This record gives sequence, structure tokens and C-alpha cells, in this order.
Amino acid sequence: MNQEQIQHAGDELYDALVNRTPVKPLTERFDDISIEDAYHISLRMVERRVAAGERIIGKKIGVTSKAVQNMLNVHQPDFGFLTDKMAYSQGQEMPISETLIQPKAEGEIAFVMKKDIMGPGLTNADILAATDFVIPCFEVVDSRIEDWKIKIQDTVADNASCGLFVLGDTAIDPRDIDLATCGMVVEKNGEIISTGAGAAALGSPVNCVTWLANTLGQFGIPLKAGEVILSGSLVPLEPVKAGDYMSVTIGGIGSASVRFV
Amino acid sequence: MSENNLNREQIEAAAAHLEKAELEAYEVTKLTNDYPEMTYKDAFDIQWEIRRRKEARGTKIVGLKMGLTSWAKMAQMGVEHPCYGFLCDYFTVPDGGEIKTDELIHPKIEAEIAFVTKKALKGPGITIADVLAATDFVLPAVEVIDSRYKDFKFDLKSVIADNSSSSRFITGGQMQRVENVDLKHFGVVMEVNGEIVATGAGAAVLGHPAASVAMLANMFGERDEEIPAGTFVMVGAVTAAFQCKKGDSFSVRYQGLGSISGRFV
Repeated sequence: MNQEQIQHAGDELYDALVNRTPVKPLTERFDDISIEDAYHISLRMVERRVAAGERIIGKKIGVTSKAVQNMLNVHQPDFGFLTDKMAYSQGQEMPISETLIQPKAEGEIAFVMKKDIMGPGLTNADILAATDFVIPCFEVVDSRIEDWKIKIQDTVADNASCGLFVLGDTAIDPRDIDLATCGMVVEKNGEIISTGAGAAALGSPVNCVTWLANTLGQFGIPLKAGEVILSGSLVPLEPVKAGDYMSVTIGGIGSASVRFV
Repeated sequence: MSENNLNREQIEAAAAHLEKAELEAYEVTKLTNDYPEMTYKDAFDIQWEIRRRKEARGTKIVGLKMGLTSWAKMAQMGVEHPCYGFLCDYFTVPDGGEIKTDELIHPKIEAEIAFVTKKALKGPGITIADVLAATDFVLPAVEVIDSRYKDFKFDLKSVIADNSSSSRFITGGQMQRVENVDLKHFGVVMEVNGEIVATGAGAAVLGHPAASVAMLANMFGERDEEIPAGTFVMVGAVTAAFQCKKGDSFSVRYQGLGSISGRFV
């Protein structure tokens, strides 16, 4: 794709986000769209958000489960940018009916960094040493692509299908928890709908953050102190609507809950 | 509990038929095909008759298990109740040990947790609190299930009669007192041949693993039986069952409870 097409696609996705009107998959319209093109489109989309006053506060990693990788026929995760406008606090109502198009919720472990760190060449030990704490998280993903008909390039271009997220209020030192085996239990409207464990995301949530730091490092982008990193879903995605109430509890870390309006 | 529709002779014949399939490792059609009129009471009576046959030959019963304890699995099967089975001395495989595939039909593994009781439990009316108070310790377990029915296809009555697909189990890892484990939220990671095939957490078992032991005590109570002190009870699968074949090795990690491994030879 040429520069003009990339900018246009980024603007189109930004408009789709703001107006809540999904667009046709980019992969149906641009035969030659590469994953690199898609990241440039996402950067344009995020640029528009920043220009409108949003602040980047972290990153998210997506496509971390084997099931989703198989569905999209890729063997690597993807990433997107988090802004302050996406963040909600524990117990706050999340206004999905006014802000999102086709939301789905997923339980995750979020990392908060305590120092700047830049790949490539980083190991899990480097990531753990640079992590201030981990915290329970609900991510509510959304797609600006009609009916979630995404290929990997579509979701990458669409800022890794970022929607909104809520963080719990228990901060745990990563030294005190086995992040690969910690269990996750997700409840929707009081019913247990899924369980999983840390290893569901690339073998360990730490592997995901290491992948992100090394991938961003190739472009000279660090993970910064204070940034929030969503490390990837540990359970299947669950469609949600206004009126639903969900909670996620992670063994040894804590809970996050959210009420959708 | 329902009444019997099968007579004693039919129950003994069905038990002999299913036990032979187990001991000689071959498939049979599901029992409700042969006895469409059988009741739940008949199904449990057949299972208890298999148990009686084994004990009469000197086989020792070393524990109990619950099956079909996930809400998803019950909904899928159209049943409202889990089922139970008994565990024999020759079902045990040591941690890190070998499972002889030729002795089985189409084995699958499930990650579980086991309770060891220190007081007897007798239903009705047993709650999670009673179970926790009566528990000596918990420890990880891997169950090898092996339905004697063709293609692992059955209904609830057939599987109850077939000792709830019990065949082998491995226990080991790290024992813990119940007060030291968050039983609802502890995580499990199952790997086969080095690849992660399933993850789950304790709540996958009836919302809380102790609820499964309580249900077992209450089901036993319906037959005026108790779970004696010192009983080893596997509560049901925390993960989806995974089919294994000769040559496969597996390893299961449990949050705060160590790990269990084994291989199919």
C-alpha cells in the first residue's frame, strides 16, 4: 500500500471508531496489504486519537492464544496502543452501548512497568525485573470491521481491536506469583462461564510481554516506566451487552469486575 | 432415587459384560441399547455389582471419583447430575510412571485435584463446609478415563454402569492443607508432548472442588453408604479431557501444588 492509502485507511478506521459505524474488511479491498502496512495504518489511527486529546498510557498484546492464532492463521501475536480514554476503574460502569460497536470481554493479567526497557534481546528475566506489579484486568475488545470479519491485517490496522479496559485494585509483585499456573475464573451475571490459567497466553503472560518488548525494540520503541501492558486473554472471548455484569478472579492476584451500561 | 426395572440376574449379567470389556480392553455398545428400560438405580446397582465382583477376587478399593462435574459437560450431555465411580488398587500409576496403553481402549487424560478425608462424610445434607472440615489434605491427580463404550459415546445411565469410565490415575505433586489453597481459583496447565493442550481453574469443577465431594457424600447417602475417613476422592476434571496414544508423554502443573507427569507406553 502507498502512503496515501495507509493514511486514508487510518482515517477511515478512526472515523469508524468515533461514529460507531463499522467498515468493510481492509483485506477485502487491498489485496496487497501487509502486516507492516497494517501497523502503519494503526499508527495513523492512534495519531488521530492523540490529536483529539487522548494520551497513550500503555500497550496491549493480542492474538496470544493458539485458538485465535489458528483462526487467523498466524503464528505470532499482535499489539495495539492503550489510551487514557479506554481505561476504567474497578466498580465503575462501562458505557459500552454509547461507545462500542460489537464488544467482547476477556480476562487478562496486566503488567505495570517500573523502568524503561527496550528490546531486542530481552529475556523474561529482564521483563520481570522491570515490572512493578501485575494486576487483574478485563479487556473489552471491539472491532471497527463489520461483524468481526477480520484477518490478521484487519485487526492489526484496527489497533489490535482495542476497546476499553478495567483494572482491578490489587497490585501483586511478580516475584510472589507463578504467572504460568495462576488460575482464572470468569463469571458473567453470577454464572461461571470459563476458566483458564496463565499458560493459555503463549505459555506464560511473561512470554507475551517479552515478545512485545523485543518486537517494539526493532522500531526503537521502549516499554516505559508506568506503562500498562495487557498481556493477552487467558479465556475465550465473551460477547457482552448493556446490563451484563462480569467479574474475573485470578488465583493469587485478585479480581476485577465491571458493569456494562 | 428411582426404582429398579432390571432383575438381579440382568444386573449381574450386565456387570459381568462391562467388567469383561474393561479387563480385556475391548469396546461394547452402550448399555441402554441392551436394556432400554434400565433406571438410574439399575445403573448404580450394576456399578456396585462390578465393585463387588472385584472385591470378591481380592481387588482393593483405594478411592472414589466424581465424573461429569463441569456444568458445560452436563449441559452438553443433557444431564443435571454428575456421576461417581470407584478406584481399584491396579488403577494406580506412580508419578512419572508408565501407563500401558494396550491395557486400555481409547484413553484420555484429565487434570484433577484429589481430597483425602480424615473424618467420615455421610449425606444427605453435606455442604462444602463439612467437606473442608473433614479434609486431611488435597493433592494433584491426573485421571486416565477410558469408556468401554464405542467412540466414547454414552448416556448418563450407561456411563454410571461402566464405573464412570474409570481406568487409571496418577497422584503426586505437592500435598497441601485446604486452608493453604484457593481451591476455587488455583490454575492448572496440561501439556502433552511438550505442548500446552489445556488450561483451567478449580471453579471448573461444580464451581468449587469441595462441592463435588459434598455431592458425592450426598449421592452415597441415598444408598445409605458413607465416605469413610481416609478416603481418596478425585473430584472431576479441571480441564477438558485430552486423548492420548502410545508414545505420548504428559506433564500437568498445578498452582501451588507442584506437578504430575507420566507417559503412555
